Amino acid sequence: MDWRQLWEICSAPDNVPIVGLIPLLAFYIYLAVKQARANDQLIEQLEADPAMAKTHHRKTWPFKPGWQKEVHVWPFLLRIEFLAAIIITIILMVWSITLNAPLEEPANPNLTMNPAKAPWYFLGLQEMLVYFDPWIAGVVMPTLIIIGLMVIPYIDTNPLGSGYYTWKQRKFSISTFLFGFIILWVAMIIIGTFIRGPGWQWFWPGQTWDHNRLIYEVNRDLPDIFGITSNLGKAIFGAIVVGGYYLVGGGAVYSLFRRRMGKDFSRMSLLQFSIMQFLLLTMVALPLKMGLRLLWHIKYVWITPWFNI
Amino acid sequence: MAKTIDQHFDNLRGTRVWRSIFRSGTGSSPLKRALAIQQNVFLHLFSTKVRTRMLSFSATWYLGTLTLGTFLILVATGIPLMFYYHPSVPQAYADTKDLQFVVSSGLFLRNLHRWSAHAMVFLVFAHMFKVFYRGAYRAPREFNWVIGVILLLMTLLLSYTGYLLPWDQLAYWAITVGSNIASAVPVMGEKIHFLLLGGNAVNANALLRFYVLHCMILPLAAMFFVAIHFWRIRKDGGLYSHASEPATVRARTDTGAPLPKEGQ
Ligand code: HEM
Repeated sequence: MDWRQLWEICSAPDNVPIVGLIPLLAFYIYLAVKQARANDQLIEQLEADPAMAKTHHRKTWPFKPGWQKEVHVWPFLLRIEFLAAIIITIILMVWSITLNAPLEEPANPNLTMNPAKAPWYFLGLQEMLVYFDPWIAGVVMPTLIIIGLMVIPYIDTNPLGSGYYTWKQRKFSISTFLFGFIILWVAMIIIGTFIRGPGWQWFWPGQTWDHNRLIYEVNRDLPDIFGITSNLGKAIFGAIVVGGYYLVGGGAVYSLFRRRMGKDFSRMSLLQFSIMQFLLLTMVALPLKMGLRLLWHIKYVWITPWFNI
Repeated sequence: MAKTIDQHFDNLRGTRVWRSIFRSGTGSSPLKRALAIQQNVFLHLFSTKVRTRMLSFSATWYLGTLTLGTFLILVATGIPLMFYYHPSVPQAYADTKDLQFVVSSGLFLRNLHRWSAHAMVFLVFAHMFKVFYRGAYRAPREFNWVIGVILLLMTLLLSYTGYLLPWDQLAYWAITVGSNIASAVPVMGEKIHFLLLGGNAVNANALLRFYVLHCMILPLAAMFFVAIHFWRIRKDGGLYSHASEPATVRARTDTGAPLPKEGQ
């Protein structure tokens, strides 16, 4: 266990915020779970007890006479916003007094930094460079992420759970979002910050960063395992595997929706459903590909002259 | 009897000069309070009234407000930083070094700018998470969510372009890693890479381009979209609270702190 190395990573000025923000994120998730659970319990009560549903329903708001349903933005909202701005300013000022921003040696194109890391919020994409061609990791994926985020409101047809926290009524959308956010984004940032060392190699926390370490891992392509050697064969084989994944996966999503989420399914148009299916399967494909690479040293599944996947 | 501070303040707000500037004048009547919002070019992006429940922490966790707060800190610290900084090689690095060691409070200024940038990126993500989790992107707010995604992108690009400006090893190699990706685009890759950097590698031209993007174009674009974002909140009927909302959120305010009363 190399504590110095661990300390060096955690105390690098740009990494300190990450160390600090992880607990904050955990707190927000805790908060979300707590508020959702409170609402879910209430929903259960209301469903069980129609009488209560009547008095507790929104129509009766405010249920204490004399309460204001609405107040003026000035001063009631603006003073809160002002206070929030002051508080965050104070926090950041204290932070700026205690921790200095990094400034290293002047830029030198002849002296490569090793490891050369992107800013932390892009580490997820940099990690993807290990598993995918640069233009897939760096161009296709960001585009899909942005488009995927933008279409969320247009493919989510669930009428429940608008404007309040709940888990029970939105299990599918919340778990999908959390999968994307926590597994595909936050976890990649953590791996990129704390685990990837020189040569972008995998060093467990506490392992010394050995700049001369060589790893003799023989990466194979999936077609090689099946003894396919011709370029045409590889391209066709890959197309079958990838196409098969989307077909089988699509079938699985379809049957999941038909059997478990019939109502959601009937509300979605064909277009909405297929976009959701495609995005979901693409998201799930990332950890699958990572697993193939990290566990079985399989580099590419689909090899063509133009792109590799 | 000496006047209270409040009274002095009221007198000030009653003066001709004050009224000429703010138009709405003094007073805490509902009308005056509404006018204070409506008659102000910035504040009229807000609605004049807000649901009491939406003031509570549980509704928004104040994350959008905090994001805006960090953005304003970044503007306020960014301008003085520009006074000391030349976007040229090797002057950029020397200027950053001077900020660190020579300019009074330069170190503090730079720290505040950098840490606020980190905080803003985190807060934007947290805000998005919260909006999603509260189901606040549902109709008619779909497009405001799309604007939000654009703002997320703006925030990341602002942070990314700013990362190069100190012109140290960290900056240089991070941007090199990032921009190399652009060359991988099929067919157009090299062209896009060249356009982005103004050359074939990260060099003085790239620094100038990133500087212009970082200090001019992206902040203006971000402000533009933030304005639309806020205006849409008002137009879409305030923060989301749906008819099917269960009552616990209210039950909570019920037992908690007293709600603000209107009027005096
Ligand atoms: C520069 C970045 C941003 C700023 C300054 C900002 C600011 C705000 C503020 C002040 C609010 C009011 C309530 C609250 O605090 O939640 C709000 C609401 C909202 N934001 Fe943002 N936001 C930003 C980015 C985003 C992003 C990235 C998204 C989503 C992708 C988003 C989606 C929304 C939506 C849908 C609402 C309405 C919520 C509701 O009706 O309850 N915003 N934003």
